[in-house]
Amino acid sequence: MAATQKWVGQPLKRTEDPRLLVGDGVFIADQLFPNLHHAAILRSPHAHARIRSIDASAALRLPGVVGIVTGQDAAKMTRPFAVGVRAPVKYYCMAVDKVRFVGEPVAVVVATNRYLAEDALDLIQVDYEPLSAVVDPERALAADAPLLHEEVGSNLACHRHIVYGDPDAAFADAEVVISERFVFPKYGSTPIETYGVVASFDRTSDVLTIHANFMGPFILHPITARALNLPENKLRLVVPPDIGGSFGIKTGIFPYMSLVGLAAMKTGVTVKWIEDRREHLLASSSGTDRIAYRELAARRDGTILAMRTRWYDNVGGYIRTPEPGCSFRPIGNWFGAYRFQHLEADANVVMTNKSLTGPNRGYACGHLYFEIERMVDLLAEKIGMDPAEVRRRNFIQPGEFPYRTPSGGLYDSGDYPAAFEKALELADYAGLRRSQEQARADGRLFGVGLAVAVDPSVSNMGYITVALDPEIRGRPGYLPKSGALEAATVKVDPLGRIIGVLGSAPQGQGHRTVVAQIIADELGIAPDDITIVDEMDTFTRVWGISSGTYSSRFGSVGTSAAALAARRLRDKLVRFASYLMEVPPESVVWSEGGAHHANNGQVLTLKDLAGRAHWDVESIPPGMEAGLEATAVFAFPEAKAPDLQDRVNSSNTYGFIAEVMAVEIDPDTAAIKILKYVTVHDAGEIINPAIVEGQIYGGALHGLGGALYEELAYDEQGQALAGSFMDYLVPTAHEAVKIDIAHVVSPSPFTTLGAKGLGESSSMTVPAVLANAVTDALKPLGVHIRELPITPSRLWHLMESARSKR
Amino acid sequence: MKPPPFEYHDPKTVDETLAILGRYGGEARLLAGGQSLMALLNFRLASPAALVDLNPVPELSYIREEGGQLRFGAMTRQRQIEFSPLVASRLPLMIEATRMVGHLPTRTRGTIGGSIAHADPAAEYPALVTALDGEMVLRSASGTRVVKPADFFKGFFTTAIAPGEMLVEVRIPVTPAHSGWAFEEFSRRHGDFAIVEIVTMLTVDNGRCTRARVAASGVGGAPVRLRPVEEILERDGVGERAIGEASARAAELVDPTSDLHASADYRRHLTRVLTRRALTRAALQVRGNN
Amino acid sequence: MAEPRKVSFKINGAVREGTTEPRKLLVDFIRDDLGLTGTHIGCEHGICGACTILFNGEAARSCLMLAVQADGAEITTVEGLAAPDGTLHPLQQAFWEHHALQCGFCTPGMLMAACDLLRVNPSPTEEEIRTGLSAVLCRCTGYQGIVDAVKAAADRMRSSN
Repeated sequence: MAATQKWVGQPLKRTEDPRLLVGDGVFIADQLFPNLHHAAILRSPHAHARIRSIDASAALRLPGVVGIVTGQDAAKMTRPFAVGVRAPVKYYCMAVDKVRFVGEPVAVVVATNRYLAEDALDLIQVDYEPLSAVVDPERALAADAPLLHEEVGSNLACHRHIVYGDPDAAFADAEVVISERFVFPKYGSTPIETYGVVASFDRTSDVLTIHANFMGPFILHPITARALNLPENKLRLVVPPDIGGSFGIKTGIFPYMSLVGLAAMKTGVTVKWIEDRREHLLASSSGTDRIAYRELAARRDGTILAMRTRWYDNVGGYIRTPEPGCSFRPIGNWFGAYRFQHLEADANVVMTNKSLTGPNRGYACGHLYFEIERMVDLLAEKIGMDPAEVRRRNFIQPGEFPYRTPSGGLYDSGDYPAAFEKALELADYAGLRRSQEQARADGRLFGVGLAVAVDPSVSNMGYITVALDPEIRGRPGYLPKSGALEAATVKVDPLGRIIGVLGSAPQGQGHRTVVAQIIADELGIAPDDITIVDEMDTFTRVWGISSGTYSSRFGSVGTSAAALAARRLRDKLVRFASYLMEVPPESVVWSEGGAHHANNGQVLTLKDLAGRAHWDVESIPPGMEAGLEATAVFAFPEAKAPDLQDRVNSSNTYGFIAEVMAVEIDPDTAAIKILKYVTVHDAGEIINPAIVEGQIYGGALHGLGGALYEELAYDEQGQALAGSFMDYLVPTAHEAVKIDIAHVVSPSPFTTLGAKGLGESSSMTVPAVLANAVTDALKPLGVHIRELPITPSRLWHLMESARSKR
Repeated sequence: MKPPPFEYHDPKTVDETLAILGRYGGEARLLAGGQSLMALLNFRLASPAALVDLNPVPELSYIREEGGQLRFGAMTRQRQIEFSPLVASRLPLMIEATRMVGHLPTRTRGTIGGSIAHADPAAEYPALVTALDGEMVLRSASGTRVVKPADFFKGFFTTAIAPGEMLVEVRIPVTPAHSGWAFEEFSRRHGDFAIVEIVTMLTVDNGRCTRARVAASGVGGAPVRLRPVEEILERDGVGERAIGEASARAAELVDPTSDLHASADYRRHLTRVLTRRALTRAALQVRGNN
Repeated sequence: MAEPRKVSFKINGAVREGTTEPRKLLVDFIRDDLGLTGTHIGCEHGICGACTILFNGEAARSCLMLAVQADGAEITTVEGLAAPDGTLHPLQQAFWEHHALQCGFCTPGMLMAACDLLRVNPSPTEEEIRTGLSAVLCRCTGYQGIVDAVKAAADRMRSSN
């Protein structure tokens, strides 16, 4: 721990803000480059079709057009991207012989400006042979379903059947068994800044430089390099100073890095492509839609014994890395907050004629907790017990941490009952139940919902290999995958000011502010005296394949690296000072930005030490490396590869969320009004409470969007129905709800500062808590929410059909 | 999402505008506030040979009262209407409706004429003129004609404006004495086009409903005036029972379709619910006003 | 192709001129021709509001206007909001204090829409602020910090007038 925590824990205003507030932010579209040309992408209007031919001759003749790239170029100059499954899916950066979803890139025009490039698109003639399409993942597995990838032989990209414990015995012993089918929709966080890539190829050094608002994981750097047939050290990936939001979505930009890189290599000019909103909604990335079947075995006293689950994850036309993460990212927390020991999971990852999927805030956890928390409520209803009491009876207890889940997760710390009770208290749960009684007596539809979640952060890169059969992972010569690391450097300039260098790629999380707070405490100085640089450049930063700003990483792994680097530097400063003072290091104490002799009052400030070290290198003691800087690479010790029983600690820190929501439903219009929403979080030590609350507000609204408004809908023929913000409904300030937020603090024993990630936060719980609240409100009608989003039209139909049955 | 190439004209008068329109023989489009057409151009869903910009035509921007009507130049901004003291005093229902048209920054440029000529089936102004029996004044090189809403709105994004013709004025009767009104709309988010909207104006004299005006939109290709509903109210008054009957009748009269946001059945149901709400609110208000 | 046209307008207090194809969007002209990249593009169909500017003092979408239509107009973008000496506008200051931005991409549009909102309604209720700001989409903040900031700025602007 730092000697004193003066800055950590304070809601400091962000150092990032002034630039952004006056319009001086530098986003990818704002950057200037020499010899800049602009790309536009021709996209498939068909969900599934064979490309017979492409005639781009008229487009090439258009003045201002400097080149056109088609699938033939991709087939010649690039390779398919590596995929995380055994199925031999050939996923190129653009369609080569077939298109498999509406919006798939078919050709790229490079021209002197974007207007002309789009004009040229209109002149390209593509001869398609339309094929029948399939969008439903269960239907796609039928023997007569249209086949997307002939070389795969079926639309199943990956299948795993995994058993922990003895679920069959648990189900045989159960007093209560519940089963349900759930549908989780396809939605994405649609950052207001779309994708942007600028690529230029230097023929003298053979280096392709790509600027992109990409935020990791940087495993996609080698994957992109290999797809472009480039050695990894010939692909320079630079992230702009500012990224306009991602929420996981910008992971899906890597195929465009390859596509625009290909265009730059072919045309020899610098190529800039800024995705437009239509392209974004049709063909960037979204969360995975899922059909899930779940069974729960329990005793009449509410004890959950086991679950069985089978799901069909719809990854769209091609399985794109890091999918099938939606199936396996939460493997360590598949048991949620509960103590049951037996689970059978049957994961089916299916390709259909929809756009491609990937991480979206709460990756896979929105799905998981929608299912688990609905099941817990169904159990409560079945046995006639208050849903709060059922949860109490099943929580992992505070004395059990660190807690190893049957699937290998290692929950680092927590006090689930305390956080849960705090949420109930804050919401006045008993009072809400009384209001409900009154409301029901008056014929009103008033409901109270609960949901809890174990909030995983910092993915262990090893989890994804669970997609492979243990038989493969057990073969001699198989190279296991594991780990989660982040690096930071802290250095002192010749006048004693501090610069911190990060390899992260934030999209609004305030890394500069937070790291300045941390370093300030570690070195006993003020955050204003620290400059933080966080612009990722694969040629200059220290990074690993897990690097990047995703899976709520920074709050635990990034801050740990920064604190460690600062401590390492402080230790060096102390040793240097003790040498100059001619005393043993033990008699020197670092505080208030200087080295203090424990007894005689002698002080050497940071400035003194910097001056000596920089201007008089001779003063550095023998055996000490010159230079006042320290780099730390923090890697989690528990991020190991999956074992042959499919157990893996899929994340590294695990927070906790407990929520209560009260709603009232208009019986005439089926409109849902949220009356109260309480969320209690345990993210360990909190470094900047303002930033933490901002993440919770934002995460909750993403959950609300997915639960009520947002859906990337398709018709049966695979036509996308939400190609604009007129049809893809992002919640506005008017739809956002008031939130009562509270915290419980269970420091993580695995991070330097005890902090955990919380960037995904309530995005993973709102679908569950809302579905539970709405179901509870509609108890008089017997309506159960099994499918999202709960649109007024859908809800009214459910209510009508329930009314007609009564 | 950049507009395709087009010739651009910025005439200063209506006559000049008509002359340019005539030259292009139906291949030119008029650009009003641009809040829909510019988006269509950016999506390349429209690619006219020429855009004729009405923004520099000052004679198309005015609000005045004449002949028992408020008369709006086609280029009158929605924002001007929203903050017009004349509209506030003579036709407050229109202020209520205007606040539901998009958002303040889109009303800055958006015009009444543009909204009506675009004829989105769920837009507010088409519903308003339909309910209140407004008039559209169309001009062409060969003269001027006045068209009633039922003849003007032909279906989804389709109007009676002929090639070479332009909408120059919109006329809406001012609020009669002893009236109450309401604009009820149900949308998924604030500022969206409605799933269903109901506009009503009730005039009640000495306890008798002498004049009822009810229109629905979002329930088909064009807003519909619900004359049989009005007849129920004019016959039976604006009590709870009559409103119930009128609302049920409204749901029978509409012929909605299903889309991404709502099913046809739900729209029909909402027609009933919102008609009841609108009529109840208007009736309450008229009682307060009397 | 249509002939390029001359366009001249006052932006953030300075007269700027240029020549442009008539189809060029005002937002592209502001960003690319004038180099004022504070105004952002998020949807190009008038929904997200990232490109909101003040056009003759009133908030408007610069993605739904042609550059040629701005001839003779007076425009303010986010770059023109702070005082010439760099003092932040009360809205900017309040956004900073209330953590009303994360990635900052929607912020310029949000600020310009908020400016207009407070001009037409200097003492808005929370409900009126939410309705007014529904003109601009933000995906980071859940809007709470923004609503708080606008409220605080309104209070400050009223008390300083």
